[in-house]
Amino acid sequence: MTSALSITRSVNPPRAAFVDFPLGHTAGKAGDKPLQRKIMIDTLSALDSIQVPGDIRHLSYQWSDDDSWKDRVMRPAKTTATTTESTAASKQNPDDRLERTTEPQYQSPADQRAAMSAGCPGCVFLESPPA
Amino acid sequence: MSRPPVDYIERTRSQYQSLGYPPYQWVENKLAPPFVPLSRPLHESRVGLIASGGIYRVGQMAFHFKDDVSYREIDTDAPMSELRISHFAYDTADARRDPNVVFPLQTLRELAHVSRIRELASKAYTFMGGIYSARKVRSLLAPALADRMVRDEVDVVVLVPV
Repeated sequence: MTSALSITRSVNPPRAAFVDFPLGHTAGKAGDKPLQRKIMIDTLSALDSIQVPGDIRHLSYQWSDDDSWKDRVMRPAKTTATTTESTAASKQNPDDRLERTTEPQYQSPADQRAAMSAGCPGCVFLESPPA
Repeated sequence: MSRPPVDYIERTRSQYQSLGYPPYQWVENKLAPPFVPLSRPLHESRVGLIASGGIYRVGQMAFHFKDDVSYREIDTDAPMSELRISHFAYDTADARRDPNVVFPLQTLRELAHVSRIRELASKAYTFMGGIYSARKVRSLLAPALADRMVRDEVDVVVLVPV
C-alpha cells in the first residue's frame, strides 16, 4: 500500500496499491470502518490480479472534494505569497518535523512506565538499544 | 475536483534546498522488481502484516527518532486499545485515534473472519519508517523482517508505509 506515488515509483516494489490520501492514512480514514475495509479489499484484489512486475494500482478514493490538502503538504508558506514573503514564512517555520534524538518517544508517560516494568517483550534491536 | 498526486520527492527537494541542506538521496531501484506469482488464492493464504508507522504496544519501548532500525512484534490478536504511535515525520493524530489507518490489524482480522483471507500470521511487525540511512534498512532491517516472514510461513505480506 502507498500514499506517496513518486517515492513508490522510485523504490519500485513488485506490486502496489496507491491511495491518494495525506500521509498517515494509507489504510483509510480514522473511524471509518467501511472505507478501511473497502480499501483493504481493493488492495488484496490488486495483490491478486497485478500481472506486470512493478505495476501500481491506483485506487479511486478521494480524501476531500477539493483536494486542497495537497497545497499544504511540506509547504508552510502560502503558494500565492511573493518570493520575499515566502522566504520570510519559511524562516519562521523552516522545518516542522520533530527533533531527532535516541530517546524513545512515548505517546504518554504511562506508556513509558509500562515499558519500564514489562521489559519490552517483542522488541528486536538490530543495533544497541538506547541507554 | 481530483488533482494530481503530491510529488513528495520534488517537495522534499524544494524543502531541503530552502533549508540549505544537501539533496536527500532517495532509494531508486531501476531493475525490474522481484515478482513472484501468488502460490495460492488469497482465501487460502496466510497473510503477514508489516507497517512503518511507528506502532508499538503498551509494554513495549517506543521508537526513537534518530535512525531507529529496531522493530516490534505485535500479536495479531492484540486489542487495538493497546496500540500506540511514535513517529516524527507525519501527523499522528488520526493514527493515535484509530491505529487501523496505518496498521490495518482489525480490518484484516475481519477479512479473515469472513474468509477473504485464510488467516493473519500470529505476529505483525512494525518499525518507525523515518530512517534516513537506506544502507541500514537494506543491510539490517529488511533482511531481518524478510527472515521473519519466511519463519512465519506467510504466503503474502501486506506492507503499509505512511
